[in-house]
Amino acid sequence: MTQQIINDLTIQAATVNGSGSQTANLVLTRAIFHMGIPVAPKNVFPSNIEGLPTWYQLRVTPEGHMARSDKVDILIAFNPATWHQDLKTVRAGGVVIHEEVFSTADVRDDVVYYPVPFSKLAKSKIQSDTLRKQLANMLYVGVVAGLLGIPWEALDHAVKRQFLSKPKAVQVNLDAIKVGYDYWQDNFSKKDAYSLEPMTGVVEGKVLVEGNQAAALGALMGGVTVAAWYPITPSSSLCENLIAYAERFRTDPKTGEKLISVVQAEDELAAVGMAIGAGWAGARSMTSTSGPGISLMAEFAGLAYYAEVPVVIFDIQRIGPSTGLPTRTSQADVAFAFTLSHGDTRHIVLLPGTVEECYEFARDAFDYADRFQTPVFVLSDLDLGMNLWMTPEFKYPDKPFDRGKVLSKQDLERLAGEWGRYRDVDGDGVTYRTLPGTDHPAAGFFTRGSGHDEQARYTESAEAYARNMDRLTHKLETARGELPAPVLDEGARSAVGLIAFGSTHAAVVEAREALAAAGSPVDYLRLRALPLSDEVSAFVSRHERVYVVEQNRDGQVYDIVRLALSGELVGRVHSIRHYNGQPIPAAAISEPLQQAEAVPA
Amino acid sequence: MSTTVNRVGLPRDAYKGAATTLCAGCGHNSITNHMIKALYELGIEPHRLAKMSGIGCSSKTPAYFVESAHGFNGVHGRMPALTTGAQLANRQLIMLGVSGDGDTASIGLGQFMHMIRRNVDCTYIIEDNGTYGLTKGQFSATADLGSVQKKGAVNTFQPIDPCAVALTLGCSFVARSFSGDGKQVVPLIKAAIAHRGTAILDIISPCVTFNDHDGSTKSYSWVKDHEESIADVSFIPFFEEVHVDYEPGTIRDVELHDGSHIILKKLAEDHDPSDRRAAMQVLEEGRAAGHLVTGLLYLDTSMEDFATTEHIPQRPLMELGESELRLSRDDFAQFMSEFA
Repeated sequence: MTQQIINDLTIQAATVNGSGSQTANLVLTRAIFHMGIPVAPKNVFPSNIEGLPTWYQLRVTPEGHMARSDKVDILIAFNPATWHQDLKTVRAGGVVIHEEVFSTADVRDDVVYYPVPFSKLAKSKIQSDTLRKQLANMLYVGVVAGLLGIPWEALDHAVKRQFLSKPKAVQVNLDAIKVGYDYWQDNFSKKDAYSLEPMTGVVEGKVLVEGNQAAALGALMGGVTVAAWYPITPSSSLCENLIAYAERFRTDPKTGEKLISVVQAEDELAAVGMAIGAGWAGARSMTSTSGPGISLMAEFAGLAYYAEVPVVIFDIQRIGPSTGLPTRTSQADVAFAFTLSHGDTRHIVLLPGTVEECYEFARDAFDYADRFQTPVFVLSDLDLGMNLWMTPEFKYPDKPFDRGKVLSKQDLERLAGEWGRYRDVDGDGVTYRTLPGTDHPAAGFFTRGSGHDEQARYTESAEAYARNMDRLTHKLETARGELPAPVLDEGARSAVGLIAFGSTHAAVVEAREALAAAGSPVDYLRLRALPLSDEVSAFVSRHERVYVVEQNRDGQVYDIVRLALSGELVGRVHSIRHYNGQPIPAAAISEPLQQAEAVPA
Repeated sequence: MSTTVNRVGLPRDAYKGAATTLCAGCGHNSITNHMIKALYELGIEPHRLAKMSGIGCSSKTPAYFVESAHGFNGVHGRMPALTTGAQLANRQLIMLGVSGDGDTASIGLGQFMHMIRRNVDCTYIIEDNGTYGLTKGQFSATADLGSVQKKGAVNTFQPIDPCAVALTLGCSFVARSFSGDGKQVVPLIKAAIAHRGTAILDIISPCVTFNDHDGSTKSYSWVKDHEESIADVSFIPFFEEVHVDYEPGTIRDVELHDGSHIILKKLAEDHDPSDRRAAMQVLEEGRAAGHLVTGLLYLDTSMEDFATTEHIPQRPLMELGESELRLSRDDFAQFMSEFA
C-alpha cells in the first residue's frame, strides 16, 4: 500500500436524477463535517426531474478548501448510463465503488475496485417496497463509511440532522446505511490509501449554509415585506426559503396574519413590476431571478432607475446566453446587470463572494436601495446559491434600517410644503421623496418614466433632461464611495496581483496558496460592488501585472476594470476566464497564471 | 366668498389636475371630468389616492385630476403589476388605475388577466378607443372586425372584449360605459371605488383625431346610435341615507363593502348583475345585434381581495420597522444553530 492519504480527498457520486441520491449525499456530507473535517460539496445536476445523470462532488481537505476540484479520488458509480465516462475521471490510484453488475473488463487497471451488489442488497435487505429506490442510495453511504472509517456516531448524527422534520425516517435510513456498512466489513479488506480521521480546529463554530438560504435570511433581516418572483433555476430556492422562514418568523401563529407578502407572479415582468410598485409605496421590496428573468426585467429596471424607486433584484446567475445550461453556474450577467435597460442606465451591483456575504449584502441591499432610491442588484450564482458552504455563523445586525431621505407629514409642515421630488438639496445627488399616504397637501407628486423636472413635472426641456441625468451620475458617484469596499490582501508584496469577485473567491484562495507554495505568491483584490471603487485603480498602480479572474467568456469585469483605468495602467491588466458551467477550480487560475508569467515580458 | 365643499371639507377644485395635453374633444378628457366629479362627490382624501397608469394617451390622464395625490405613470402594459405591489405595501391606499385598449388588451393582456385572477383591490378604467392615438392611429386589439381606419385600412382581426375576458376570469366587478354618458359613468366609477376587489370599467372613449369617422365602431355617432343600457345606475355612498323611489320590482339594490349602495333600475333587459352567465349572454346578444351594451354587467361582493388572501394586516406593511420585521436575537441564534 502506498502512503496514507488522510482527510484530503474528493468523493464523486454518479447517480440518477430524482432517485433520492441527494439525501444520501447530504448525509455523507454532514457525517464527515460532524467529524470536524471541512467539507465542500458541489451538486452538478441536470435540467430534469427524473432520469438524467447527476453528480455530487464532496471535497474534503484539512485546510478547508471550498472550490471544486476536477480530480476525483473516490468514485461511487451508481449510474450505468455514465459508468464508462465516470471511470475516466478518477485519478490513478483512486477508488471505484461500483454496482457489481457493471463490467470492469477492458477498463482501467490503475484504480482500486470495490464491486458491491447494490441492487441485490436493496432487494433482499430493504423491506419497504415504497422506499426501496430512495433507501438504496443509503447503501453507498454505508460502504463509503466503512471504506473511509466514518464512525457510526457521525452517521447517526447526520441522519438525525437530515431528517429533523421527519423523525420517523431516521431508523429506516440508518438501517439501510448499516446494510452497506456491514457489507463492507464482511467482504472487503482495505486496498487503497484513503481514510478520514476526526480533527479539531477548523470547523468549530461553523455551519453549512446555501447562498440562497443566506440571502433569504438576509432579506428577512433587511426588512423585506413584499417579494415577487417567478420560478427559475437556480434562483427559486431563494424565495422558497423566504416563504418557509416567513412562515416561521413573520406569521402570527394564532391569526395567521403575515408581515410579508411573497407573490408568485405570472412572469418576471410582473415580478419586478410588483416589487417596484411596492418600493414606490414605501415597502422594502425585492424580486429574485436568473439570467432569462433579468433580460425580461430590463425595461422596468430603467423605469426604477430614472424615476428613482428603490428595489432589490437578486440575480442567481446561471450559464447563458438564452436558455443556456440552466443548471450550471456562471458570472456572465455582470456587465448586463450593471447597465440594465435602454438609454443611459447604470446600477448599483453587489457581488457577494461568500455565503456570509450573501446574507449581509442581501440585508444591506435594502438600505442601499432606500438610501440611493434606485434598484440594487445582488449578483450571486448557482454555485454560491445552491451549494452548501462551510461558513462562520452570521452576525446579528448592529444597525437599524436606513430608510433614506423620506419626508414625513411633520417634515412637510416644517418646510411649509416647499420641496421638490428631484431637487438636489444636499448636493449629493440624492433627493427627497414622500410616500403615498402621507397626509399633507404638498406630499403628492407624479412619478413617471418620461422626462421630468425638479418638481416631478413632465418636461421635454433639453436643459432639464441633461441636468437630471447629470444628477443621476452624481448620485451614483456618491453611492460608489459607500458600497462594500474591495477586500485587499497585499501581504505577498508581489509584482503580480489578482482581481476576482463572487464565487470565484474560493478558487482564488486556493490558487494563491498553491502559487505561494510554488514560490510565486500573488496579491489579491476582491471586488464586492459596482460601480468600481477607486481602490481598483490604486491596486493596479501598485502592481506590474494584474489578472482579472472571472467565470464568463468575454472578460466582462476585465473590460469594466480597464475602462476605469488611466491609459498607462490599462496594459498592466490581463484576463483569466473560465466558462464551462462547472465551478472554477483553483488550477484554472494558477496554471494559466503561471504560463503567462513564464513568458518573458 | 364661500365655496361649496364635500364631506372632507375640500372644494371641487381640489380634485383638479394639470391642464390636459390631449386633443380637444377627446373622450378621455370627459372621463377625467367624470373622475373629478366622482372623487369629489365621494369625498376621497387625496392623500389616500394612488393614481396608476401605463403608457399611452389614457395613461397620461392621471396627471389631469387630483394633482395633490400620488401618481405613477409606469411602463406600457404593466400598470397592474405596479398597482399590485403598491397595494400590498399599503392596503389603506385607494388604487385607481387608468389604462387604454392597447395598454390593456395588447401589451398588457397578461397582467390585466392576472390582476383579475388575484382580485387586487383597485379600480381599473380602460379608456377604450380601439386605436393607438399617440403613435398616430394604428388599430388596437379592441377594434371591431371590419372597422375602418381613418386612412381606409380595414381591420381583419377579431376584437378582444375586455369585459368578456374579465367575466371569463371571474372578475368581481365588470362594467362598460361610454365617455359621453356622465350620468352612467360617474356612479359606476363611485361603485368601482367602493368595491373591494378588481373593478373593471371599460369606457368607450372616441378618439376624435384617429377614430371618429364613418366606418369606426368607436366613434361618437356610432356609439350614440348603438348604445343599449341594461339598467339605470345610481350610486348611494355609505354616508348618505338610501332613498329609493322606484317601483318595486324594477330596481335592484346591492350593498358594497363600505356600506355604499348601488341601485340598478331595470330597463329593457331584466339583467341580474350577480349572474355571470347572464352577463356573458348579454354581451353576446349585444355583439350579435351590433349593440354596445353598457352598465354594470357583473358584481360579486363576496370574493376576497388579494391583500386579504395574502393575510397581511390592515396596517400598511410599509410602516413596519426593525422590531416587527427582524428576528429577535434569540430566534436568530437558534436559527443559525440549526445549520450546524
